[in-house]
Amino acid sequence: MKNMLSEFRVAVVATFSLAVVLCGVYPLVVWIISQGLFPHEADGSLIQRGGTIVGSELIAQNFGSPKYFHPRPSAAGEAGFDAGNSSGSNLGPISKKLADAVKGRVEAYRAENGLPADARVPADAVTSSSSGLDPHISLKNALMQAPRVARARGVGREALEKTIHAHTDGRDFGIFGEPRVNVLKLNLALDKKM
Amino acid sequence: MQVFNDNFGWVQLAVFTGLLLLLTRPTGVYLSQVLDGSGKTFLGPILRPVERSLYFLLRVDPQKEQDWKQYTVSMLAFSLAGLLFTYAILRLQHLLPLNPQGLGPFSDHLAFNTAVSFTTNTNWQSYGGESTASYLTQMVGLTFHNFTSAAVGIAIAAALVRGIARQSAKTIGNFWVDLVRVNLYVLLPLCIVYAVFLVSQGMIQNFKPYDTARILDPYTVEVAKKDDKGDVAKDALGNPAMEERRIEIQAIAQGPMASQVAIKMLGTNGGGFMNANASHPYENPTPLSNFIQMLSIFLIPSGLTYYLGRMVKNQRHGWAIWGAMAAIFLMGVVACWWAESAGNPRLHALGVDAASGNMEGKEVRFGIFNSALFATITTDASCGAVNSMHDSFTPLGGLIPLINIQLGEVVFGGVGAGLYGMLVFVVLAVFLAGLMVGKTPEYLGKKIEANDVKFGVLFVMAAAFSILGFAAWAAVSAWGLAGLNNAGPHGLSEMLYAFSSGTGNNGSAFAGLTANTYWYNTTIGLAMLIGRFIMIIPALALAGNLARKKRAAATGGSFPVSGPLFSVLLLGTILIVGALTFFPALSLGPIVEHFQMTGSSIAY
Repeated sequence: MKNMLSEFRVAVVATFSLAVVLCGVYPLVVWIISQGLFPHEADGSLIQRGGTIVGSELIAQNFGSPKYFHPRPSAAGEAGFDAGNSSGSNLGPISKKLADAVKGRVEAYRAENGLPADARVPADAVTSSSSGLDPHISLKNALMQAPRVARARGVGREALEKTIHAHTDGRDFGIFGEPRVNVLKLNLALDKKM
Repeated sequence: MQVFNDNFGWVQLAVFTGLLLLLTRPTGVYLSQVLDGSGKTFLGPILRPVERSLYFLLRVDPQKEQDWKQYTVSMLAFSLAGLLFTYAILRLQHLLPLNPQGLGPFSDHLAFNTAVSFTTNTNWQSYGGESTASYLTQMVGLTFHNFTSAAVGIAIAAALVRGIARQSAKTIGNFWVDLVRVNLYVLLPLCIVYAVFLVSQGMIQNFKPYDTARILDPYTVEVAKKDDKGDVAKDALGNPAMEERRIEIQAIAQGPMASQVAIKMLGTNGGGFMNANASHPYENPTPLSNFIQMLSIFLIPSGLTYYLGRMVKNQRHGWAIWGAMAAIFLMGVVACWWAESAGNPRLHALGVDAASGNMEGKEVRFGIFNSALFATITTDASCGAVNSMHDSFTPLGGLIPLINIQLGEVVFGGVGAGLYGMLVFVVLAVFLAGLMVGKTPEYLGKKIEANDVKFGVLFVMAAAFSILGFAAWAAVSAWGLAGLNNAGPHGLSEMLYAFSSGTGNNGSAFAGLTANTYWYNTTIGLAMLIGRFIMIIPALALAGNLARKKRAAATGGSFPVSGPLFSVLLLGTILIVGALTFFPALSLGPIVEHFQMTGSSIAY
């Protein structure tokens, strides 16, 4: 028993002294270095326009108007795209709710993009992402939305597709991950140029 | 077959496995320098004074070793102190600094569950980080355990390896020395470099309140109307009432994330800073950050196999274990990748392009392959971070993470926990081989006796009873069913996954389950305690037992513990024990769901 008590004293001292190093000094050192070397990233890769924050390069926000490219469906928060409440739908593969939701999204996607009733729709366009804040869509998805955006903005398809390709990130080092289009950055570029 | 045409997937898998192989030896050599109490490392000149002053504060004599009982008592005392430390922070977070969002305290059962979860290296989360936990809670209350529970795991593995390597010895090391040295020399320096790299990729590290963005394309949505109490209001017909809401701004969660995520991955903790964990774009911004995060899960566990070989002076034994681990790992990746790229035929029938695979609950930048790879790695190890939602995987794709956890997370495994779990299977494999050929079983010259096997069996049985017992209880209880997000076999999988994850100290989830209730928090809390301490104590007892024994000289009749034959025997032991224990439960969950998905139109 005496042994237990003395061990517990050591344990308490160990807890507080390690906490100072690992939970005080360490995060502060990382904070100082990051703020020095990568202040834009460390602060959330925020985008400002005329002094107002309009979003983050890394965080999806909703776009519903025809003149903008639309992001993936979001299950974050009750209204979607809640960047204080990231979440996926967590619906299983034979969930009725999932099938109903996807059915509705497929029909809406075909209708708004003027696609025939048997057109195959890219999966990322009609499934909710894992975080609910996925900033990207697939290149295929962007190209299928291009005619609608071009019409709404009254610009040429070719010029628009060029802008899409300019805003497509390839695989990292040509190997890692998937090619992708950042929706917010693309839409901001459109507002600027077109 | 789509999976076999995705060359980028195969290249990434080859690069990953190749790099892991290359890093195994240097990591193992470095670990052996750190885990030798008087060993010298290249960081010694800087860190030795800090190490000395910590011993001075603790009043611990670093030269004095402990027997297995003293070692266990120290480990338990330290775990208890840390548990109470974090419980207090969670309950008092509203009174403590660094809480710019003014978040309230954790409820008593949530605080119990969370404190246990982080102390046991599980990082099961019944809460969403950005909506529940203050910066202080994350940075101190939780990060503390991300470091120390990892260090404890490595310490226990080192103690067991010493037990195997020594002969006629009473002691197996000094817990406090192992704890301090692993933190100072391994985890801390690696994390500083790693965290800064993560920030360079776009991960946040700040202390400011959540930002508010004025979005470009304001819109109106219909949401469920809430009454004054926050419950969903009903209309005259009893249906949920809806109301329109105009959305013009987006609040974006911030915080000191990178410092926590570095140790979250390296220490196989897995507890997300944000609710969406490593799928959140801040918490895993690029495919490169994703690749490095995956590599960092396996880095130390893989190095520990080399450490084992070096300590027992049989490097081929270490590699034989590495080989068995790598084989199970690769089988899991390919199976999960195949299932997820095949996608969901129900959605294909609705017009979704079949070539894109199952993208529900996945992120575009990771795609199918990196989601399947991450899911396999995080459950081979006891990490539990996720970059995609396992709940939305296809039935067979989701079966892989589930079965990985149930096999005991010995495929590289949690830091330390993977190795000591694997060594228990080694003892069982050697014992079974001895029975088959009618010889006294021996392991590296040491006779395996009744007590050793009993400790091994206790280790395996405790997990099976906890997983199946709690899941069965939940499945027949109102409190269990109330938490489900999906009905039918998928609902059973949600419960089975929760208690597998808790017991296995994994922490990932079929996250649709609403686990923040009194009953789930308590039962999963207990499962985590069983999964940690009813595993560690037999492992330490085994260490003490083995250390005492004399080593017999190797003869022609000794059972070889290296080479492919041994790897296959070990692999067989793991798969058979796992399959016999969990196959019946799995066939009622993911397996029946697979046949419902492909062969019927039943939907839930």
